[in-house]
Amino acid sequence: MNRENPLVLGIESSCDETGIGIVRGTTLLANVIASSMEEHARYGGVVPEVAARAHLEALEPALREALATAGVALDELDAVAVTSGPGLSGALMVGVGAAKALAVALEKPFYAVNHLVGHVGADVLRTEGEPAIELPTIALLVSGGHTSLLHVRDLTSDVELLGETIDDAAGEAFDKVARLLGLPYPGGPHIDRVAAEGDPTAVRFPRGLTLPKDLEHHRYDFSFSGLKTAVARHVEKLRDAGLEVPVADIAASFREAVADVLTAKAIAACLDRGVPRLLLGGGVAANARVRALAAERAAAAGVELRIPPLSLCTDNGAMIAALAAQLIMAGHAPSALDVSADSTLPVTVVQA
Amino acid sequence: MLLAIDTSAGTAVALVADDGRVLAERSTADTRRHAEVIGPFLAEVLHEAGVAAPALNGVVTGIGPGPFTGLRVGIAAARAVALAAGIPLLPVPSHDAVALRLVEGGVAAGRFAVVTDARRREAAITVYAAALPLPTVLEPAHLVPRAGWMPPEGVVAHEAHEIPAAPLAHAALARLAAGLPFPDPQPLYLRAPDVTLSTPKRVTG
Ligand SMILES: [Zn+2]
Repeated sequence: MNRENPLVLGIESSCDETGIGIVRGTTLLANVIASSMEEHARYGGVVPEVAARAHLEALEPALREALATAGVALDELDAVAVTSGPGLSGALMVGVGAAKALAVALEKPFYAVNHLVGHVGADVLRTEGEPAIELPTIALLVSGGHTSLLHVRDLTSDVELLGETIDDAAGEAFDKVARLLGLPYPGGPHIDRVAAEGDPTAVRFPRGLTLPKDLEHHRYDFSFSGLKTAVARHVEKLRDAGLEVPVADIAASFREAVADVLTAKAIAACLDRGVPRLLLGGGVAANARVRALAAERAAAAGVELRIPPLSLCTDNGAMIAALAAQLIMAGHAPSALDVSADSTLPVTVVQA
Repeated sequence: MLLAIDTSAGTAVALVADDGRVLAERSTADTRRHAEVIGPFLAEVLHEAGVAAPALNGVVTGIGPGPFTGLRVGIAAARAVALAAGIPLLPVPSHDAVALRLVEGGVAAGRFAVVTDARRREAAITVYAAALPLPTVLEPAHLVPRAGWMPPEGVVAHEAHEIPAAPLAHAALARLAAGLPFPDPQPLYLRAPDVTLSTPKRVTG
């Protein structure tokens, strides 16, 4: 196997995006993403069985497209990589089954890697002239499936979970509040759009786990369930009183509460740990207010903020291939062929 | 030489020669470890027979019916092997493997039904007429309630807990020899996805 600059294909199927990525070392060759988002729209959230069925159908076309885009043949690959967790179990199993079969049929090494660490791995993929990823870094990974704060000292061997959501993922809260306000799914972009016209100080919604007593045990953890309920209560009160619901103001105030908590805790982690770098990952990194507030607070704290291009922030196979390439270049042996799809794979397990 | 994969019940993988000889096989009845065992089973079967994937003539995939989550693992794996090796994918209804084995073994004659568990107090059944080289499908796979279901008059029900991969390959060989078409490589889910359309609930009383 080429350990200098390995050609790796990565398969991602942990949630509602089927991603196939191909990288050579730290160079991105292809990043094909097929999303089943539209199929979930009528349900207002990701339906695991619908997502898993969609992965099975999307996988082969996405594989063919990625190979064509990268201009490589399967037998040229140095390794096949896959997300083995965390994520939706039935969805993960589709990718794991396909990746193992590809690796066996091609007689290539198999690497099963951690989805969350993959989000950090996306940042090694740089176009020429851009500075390479610097470690250690704090990473804030926020999507419809996860909300996690990591301290990454070494991408392949030293990742610490500082905190995570104790109830809903932030992206899920966006979806639920959007529904409440009569906005379409997925909630994030629609709330972002509507909020631009609203007053973020109109309603002071609660910031979960930020009170001194909560900070003792949940300094870096998140909670969005109380916020969601507070928005619901506020809207119901207005409707019961026969008043018009100021959708833009509520969207802006809700978005402000989410952005405030996310960025405050992430910057606090940078300062507490003496790490002058913050990496954003996950679909919520597309949120305009989260980006703006992160940039503002990072600058004020002397922290360098990094946000990979959006196609590498949302779930994708390139980040999985990139992380596997890092493991290969660091001399790690392949994964066993009997690793399972682990819906709760801990972030400390970079490679299963 | 065909590689056959079925994960509609447990996990079964077999390598079968063109004359029907079974060259290697692995199986487990465990219904919770499809994604784990598929890797070692494929590697071991090919290794034991000393065969590389491109030397195969095709990959047979059992398309169910079967409980969804596991069923997809084998189909995804079979499609991947076919793509990697540049060989045809040969989809076969999983019940056909059981039916063929029952008829070849002289266990089933006349009209009979293959019955497998579909969870949620339902069973999946396919009704056949005994014939060789392939039993004839009288009623394609469908779901029936577990409680109170009786096979139609003159039909003997045979419940199966595992789908063997070798007769799945034999069913494919019979189709190839007879020039019969193969079904689409789509899983036989037999059920719409399980979704609960939640309407937002009031939080204030
Ligand atoms: Zn993700």
